Amino acid sequence: MKFIDEYQDSKLAKGLVCRIAKHSTQGIRLMEFCGGHTHAILRYGIRQLVPETVEMRSGPGCPVCVTATADLDKAIALAHLPHVIITTFGDMMRVPGSYSSLQQAKAEGRDVRIVYSTIDALEIAENNPEKSVIFIGIGFETTAPTIAASVLKAQRERITNFYVLSLNKLTPPVMKALLDSGEIKLDGIVCPGHVSVIIGSHPYEFIPENYGVACVISGFEPLDILLCVDKLVEQIERGEPKVEIAYRRGVHPEGNGKARQLMEDVFEIGEANWRGVGIVPQSGLRVRGKYEQFDADKAFSVSLKPPREPKGCRCGDVIRGAATPRECGLFGEVCTPESPVGPCMVSGEGACAAYYQYGTPEDS
Amino acid sequence: MCLAVPVKIVSIDGDEAETEIAGVRRRVSIALTPEAKIGDYVLLHTGYAIGVIAEAEAEETLKLLEEIANLSEVH
Repeated sequence: MKFIDEYQDSKLAKGLVCRIAKHSTQGIRLMEFCGGHTHAILRYGIRQLVPETVEMRSGPGCPVCVTATADLDKAIALAHLPHVIITTFGDMMRVPGSYSSLQQAKAEGRDVRIVYSTIDALEIAENNPEKSVIFIGIGFETTAPTIAASVLKAQRERITNFYVLSLNKLTPPVMKALLDSGEIKLDGIVCPGHVSVIIGSHPYEFIPENYGVACVISGFEPLDILLCVDKLVEQIERGEPKVEIAYRRGVHPEGNGKARQLMEDVFEIGEANWRGVGIVPQSGLRVRGKYEQFDADKAFSVSLKPPREPKGCRCGDVIRGAATPRECGLFGEVCTPESPVGPCMVSGEGACAAYYQYGTPEDS
Repeated sequence: MCLAVPVKIVSIDGDEAETEIAGVRRRVSIALTPEAKIGDYVLLHTGYAIGVIAEAEAEETLKLLEEIANLSEVH
């Protein structure tokens, strides 16, 4: 497949691996922000390909994982309202909330449907005019414009029974929160490729400027990631941290202006609650007042019991990069993809799921 | 969630396009990429094209990777 196969070539990978090994002299720690990168890194054995001087940690870039338990509880409570159809991306179904899950709600007879796209959710709303169709809006800057587009389409086509529960989150503010906390020292960040398709490279510039941490935007094929690591090593060895793009076929420095325009029209920025991190200012997207008829937070009210976190689960630490999945006492024993305790083992982008599926015991 | 795959646009109808990848066809929204043309490859994410792939940049990157591979063989 074009733009995929070429970036999996082993001969070219070997060249990059040699170059990284040659240039890397000092011990460094990199964080891959995005869960998609974590999966590719484990799947292609990239941790084994890079020299021992390069440590790679997973970060908070899994939208399902960072959804706070209280927000998940709200989604589950909405599913129990009469005449409601919940539409959601599949990964959210099995994430345990405090007392239930969307999957359990479905098993109890509530109408919860997996959709691939907001377009499908809108179609369900059109076909069920007597029901309220709520889309559980999770995701980063990659996904938020698609949700904005669905709200605008609902308005244009007068689909009045479509609502969005916006749990969308923004990437650079949580990077800032992690760096401000100083909990783990980072030398470089593998910046998320598809978030950057939308936001471009400029929003990361404060990171090298204020924190001295190198930033390289990466694609998701093994050669993309190796090229990104190569550029990070080079920047760090030279002591010249900056923002670079190692995914130039996908990312333009200015990003996608049209997508941002739609996102800014529909959403306003506010604080957001991140699992494992807590409230991060300016890191969440709320539906603007002018579109409040589509805002599930305004249209429905549910009463919630205080959230409960799963006992012994270290998803929060894993999300912050403060622990690796294998450092959690539940990993692979109590908590498995078949019977997950925390969201990092459920999601297709969760670090624990990646370590379970592809990791070796050396992936400590 | 942030998964996006390159698909080729085969026809356009308003803000929707017919796309193709490995013989599979799919209708997608191009509301976020109004500049997309027939023959372009776009990154498809949850039913929407979120960006047009820059083919010249893709070739540049591959050229760079080949140079690195050739250099590592020499040394």
